[in-house]
Amino acid sequence: MKRTRTAPLAAVLAGLLMAGCQPDADVQQPAEAVPGSVLPGNFPTPVYALEQNSPDRATFELGRRLFYDKRLSGDGTVACSSCHLQPAAFADPGRAFSTGVQGRLGTRNTPPLQNLRWRRTLLWDGGASNLEVMPLAPLTNPLEMDGSLAGALQTLNADAYYRRRFAAVYGEGPINSQQFLRALAQYLAGLTSANSRYDHYVRREGGAFDATELRGLAIFRANCASCHATDLFTDESFRNNGLDRSFPADSGRAHITGRRGERGLFKVPSLRNVALTAPYMHDGRFPTLGAVLAHYDHGVVESATLDPALRRPDGSLGIPLSAQQQAELLAFLQTLTDEPLLTNPQLGPPQ
Amino acid sequence: MTFRTLSSCSAAILCAATALLFTACDDDNETPAKGKLNVEFENVAGSQPLNFGSTYTTAAGDPFTVSKFNYYISNIKLTKTDGTEWAERESYHLVKQADAGSRSFQLTDIPAGEYKKLTFTIGVDSARNVSGAQTGALDPLNDMFWTWSTGYVFLKMEGNSPKSPTGNLQFHIGGFRSPNNTIRTVSPGMPAGVTVQVTAKKTSAIHLQADVLKMFTGPNPIQFAQTSNTGHSSDPNSVKIAANYAAGMFTIAHVRAGE
Ligand code: HEC
Ligand code: HEC
Repeated sequence: MKRTRTAPLAAVLAGLLMAGCQPDADVQQPAEAVPGSVLPGNFPTPVYALEQNSPDRATFELGRRLFYDKRLSGDGTVACSSCHLQPAAFADPGRAFSTGVQGRLGTRNTPPLQNLRWRRTLLWDGGASNLEVMPLAPLTNPLEMDGSLAGALQTLNADAYYRRRFAAVYGEGPINSQQFLRALAQYLAGLTSANSRYDHYVRREGGAFDATELRGLAIFRANCASCHATDLFTDESFRNNGLDRSFPADSGRAHITGRRGERGLFKVPSLRNVALTAPYMHDGRFPTLGAVLAHYDHGVVESATLDPALRRPDGSLGIPLSAQQQAELLAFLQTLTDEPLLTNPQLGPPQ
Repeated sequence: MTFRTLSSCSAAILCAATALLFTACDDDNETPAKGKLNVEFENVAGSQPLNFGSTYTTAAGDPFTVSKFNYYISNIKLTKTDGTEWAERESYHLVKQADAGSRSFQLTDIPAGEYKKLTFTIGVDSARNVSGAQTGALDPLNDMFWTWSTGYVFLKMEGNSPKSPTGNLQFHIGGFRSPNNTIRTVSPGMPAGVTVQVTAKKTSAIHLQADVLKMFTGPNPIQFAQTSNTGHSSDPNSVKIAANYAAGMFTIAHVRAGE
């Protein structure tokens, strides 16, 4: 079931039109669809609809430039891209916690940025409810970019290049917070992961699975897909997968809602590109996927909010997985790596 | 029964006909007349005007000073004496004690008539708390937006008190999810016997007072020794203070007829 949309065509036309009067090289770019303007056929309806911020080349390029611009941070040393690295699906590989300005260490593991258009809430605790305002969190967090919205706007408005590019999209006048946030959101919404071997397999576009991967897929569907659901590999719910008995440092969802019954619940993460995003979990406690599977097999611990899916009828906890099943699951998880997302130059640093 | 229907029906036809006639003869061809209304907010502490740095005393006897006092007034509605309602569109206003210009604003395009009730929300409705980047009063630049748990701070009161364990007072009230929903809608009563005339020619004004002391009295008396700051979108203490200010912080001091 392929979705057809007019947005890509419109964007291409707009791009062509723009090319006539725009001197900037990236805006003149070819008739390639703007990233994010095509919705994968195997995905559910997006939360942040195309129409909410119709993809067009000039806005996307503006957003991309912002994402890679260190000057948005308080001391000019940290960009969004400092923690969100394209070769790792925009996660921060090998680090449990990322470093922000002045080498300050964060408190949660940096997730990959992909398929954000489909997020009902963002962040491990769901604290951000809209993609457009979400960047305000890292921008102003003293441990991350330690900047301010006013400061970022001042930087942009003092820059003739940005002034010209924003004016081309939004019209003359000082760059305002809405323009800034919507341009950035358009880039973020364009980070679509839908071209892994798994996608080709389920969309029947060629790319067969071998016997091990097929068994891994079957084990996954039987044991994991209740939470890591749909082809987004998350049902967007908050759950406790048995990491801890108590939650003194980070209560997760309860931090946002204040509800006791939600202590220790975290957003079910997507598993796309999971082979590249170690270490794992909200605090980066597991260095390898093997360690994650070992956790589900025999590491799940009791707590008041432990998810019922991880309680077995005999009273024991977790998801029993033999060594062979773990190997098969690992093989399957590798098929979720999406090369085009990691290498697409349109998503990389602007020239 | 039949009679009634008939008569009200013919009345309606008659009315419609009259209306048609009226519009037909009206030289500026204007359908129902519209008018404006000024809404003014005066912040006070009991019987005194609110000034930053002045010392006031709560009902519980705690002395304090104020250094910041901001709140959202949104989704304003006016009710006519005949019960019909008018709602302002895009109705979001941020009142800041530090910014005199923000303390009064004008409602426009109001159907002319006699109004008996003013209703508004203290804060921002839940829909706008989860919407994309906003402008105007709702611009996140206005220092009334939580970034780590996105949503608006509905009311900010900051200051100092020797009774506070830290010496500081920081009441940031917000949150729109149950059980800690702090959205409150109020209809402060009009002075006895007073209504508001909205006409095309003259602009009346409703003058409200917001009494900062009322944050700390009412259903949930607050003592600064126990509660000196709330700064979270899901803070039960915020709900207590919201219940206090909904119970009587805003009063209509007077209505000035347009001249
Ligand atoms: C210092 C490292 C760092 C920087 C800089 C940074 N981030 Fe992040 N990002 C993180 C961490 C850590 C999280 C998870 C935080 C949490 O859940 O509480 C995150 C989460 C996110 C998410 C949510 C993803 C999801 O699936 O829920 C988005 C979107 C995002 N960041 C975008 C950005 C943007 C845009 C910028 C630049 C304005 C940025 N980040 C700057 C570390 C960083
Ligand atoms: C009850 C729901 C549930 C089930 C069932 C479940 N998970 Fe998870 N999974 C979660 C949650 C919630 C997290 C994040 C927990 C945290 O960080 O606090 C998670 C995290 C992960 C991570 C880490 C991802 C990252 O980016 O850090 C991997 C890998 C993972 N799960 C794989 C699996 C596999 C494989 C299975 C099946 C054997 C499975 N999960 C079953 C809920 C579940």
